[in-house]
Amino acid sequence: MRNTKLLEKVAAGFIEHDHNQDGVNRRGFLKCMAWAGTGALCLIEGGVLTSSALGSQMGSTKSHKTSGLSFVQISDSHMGFNKPANPDVISTLKAAVDKINALPEAPEFILHTGDITHLSKPEEFDNVDQILKATNKQIFFVPGEHDVLNDDGATFRERYARNGRGSGWYSFDQKGVHFVALVNVMNLKAGGLGSLGNEQLEWLEDDVKHLKSSTPIVVFAHIPLWSVYPQWGWGTDDSAQALSYLKKFGSVTVLNGHIHQTMQKIEGNVTFHTACSTAFPQPAPGKADGPGPMKVPAEQLRSVLGITDVNYVKGHHSLGIVDSTLV
Amino acid sequence: MKRKVLLAVLTLLLSIADVVSLVYPQRAGAQESKPGAIEVKVDNFTFNPQTLTVPPNSTVTWTNKDDIPHTIVSQNGLFKSKALDTDQGYSYTFTKAGTYEYFCGLHPKMVGKIVVQ
Repeated sequence: MRNTKLLEKVAAGFIEHDHNQDGVNRRGFLKCMAWAGTGALCLIEGGVLTSSALGSQMGSTKSHKTSGLSFVQISDSHMGFNKPANPDVISTLKAAVDKINALPEAPEFILHTGDITHLSKPEEFDNVDQILKATNKQIFFVPGEHDVLNDDGATFRERYARNGRGSGWYSFDQKGVHFVALVNVMNLKAGGLGSLGNEQLEWLEDDVKHLKSSTPIVVFAHIPLWSVYPQWGWGTDDSAQALSYLKKFGSVTVLNGHIHQTMQKIEGNVTFHTACSTAFPQPAPGKADGPGPMKVPAEQLRSVLGITDVNYVKGHHSLGIVDSTLV
Repeated sequence: MKRKVLLAVLTLLLSIADVVSLVYPQRAGAQESKPGAIEVKVDNFTFNPQTLTVPPNSTVTWTNKDDIPHTIVSQNGLFKSKALDTDQGYSYTFTKAGTYEYFCGLHPKMVGKIVVQ
């Protein structure tokens, strides 16, 4: 609460160049997202960036409580991982669940953007299911490359994508928002990045063809659908084609995982966002020899793991995306 | 007398052994000259050595020393390992000469080559 005045001053300074006349500019949005990591809440309502300290929304009259949609993204739980970067991924996943259950506005459901398990073992899937039960929410999953080992994703599909097509893609609607679950971790080619494949692309084109351009779209997939850092495989070879089918929509939000850190980019009507892992962090692009688990002092671990809270307010342009750590 | 004969026989045997090992060095020292395992170490998202040249009928063993799992997948569908966690290994015997390119199915930017000649 004591930080509210300061945050308001800072928020006022975020809007630097209002190019699109919607009260939001890219640089300002990115700055605001940097604040979000310290526990501030940035909301876009009617195109206006406002901020307040997390926790001060209790009893707030913000309109996002009414005709809107609130959901959570978690990612990369890597159940089964037990090395120094985090010897206890069960505890940190449970901490993420506690965080979700303590949100001022309960989410309607949860999206898990993959690498649910570390080695695709049945007991690893079971553990995650057991722990996430405590949220009492429906969870929608997409697989990471760690979830489709040894059986071409048969286990994943049987558990989480029975009604999905191909390697487990599907779509659903919630309160007027159209959600698309994509799989980009199958049939990876040597030297390549993530891959959607022609069958899935054709399905996607058909799936969104008849939707009104005012329908907000949320796409979720494991590997980033934008070129974060190709040298480490952080991108998808054929994502441009997928995004071309979404050009007509006024609001597109792409939620990904895989890189174990938050990153955000806005390109026209598309907001790209990657979430933290609940298991272990990875280095920033190019800041290490490879994209493997990054060791941090034990007392710092929970400050580099986290969840993402997403809020959609009906009639508003962009979704409010708030990352918070497990601390 | 007996002792002298024994000594002579012993010396003779030893010198025969010497001759044999001189003439047939491979055979005599067969145990010691067996070649070491042909290995590729997987660590830090790389295959080391990235290109390995071996004679036909060699068995190559990949060992994962990384703290994250990897798989060994041939580009032409010839071989494919299960997921290898830290310290797990996978072996494949290359009988025919040729170039065999492979990659990690989890991290496809990791590529390697076995040259059999």
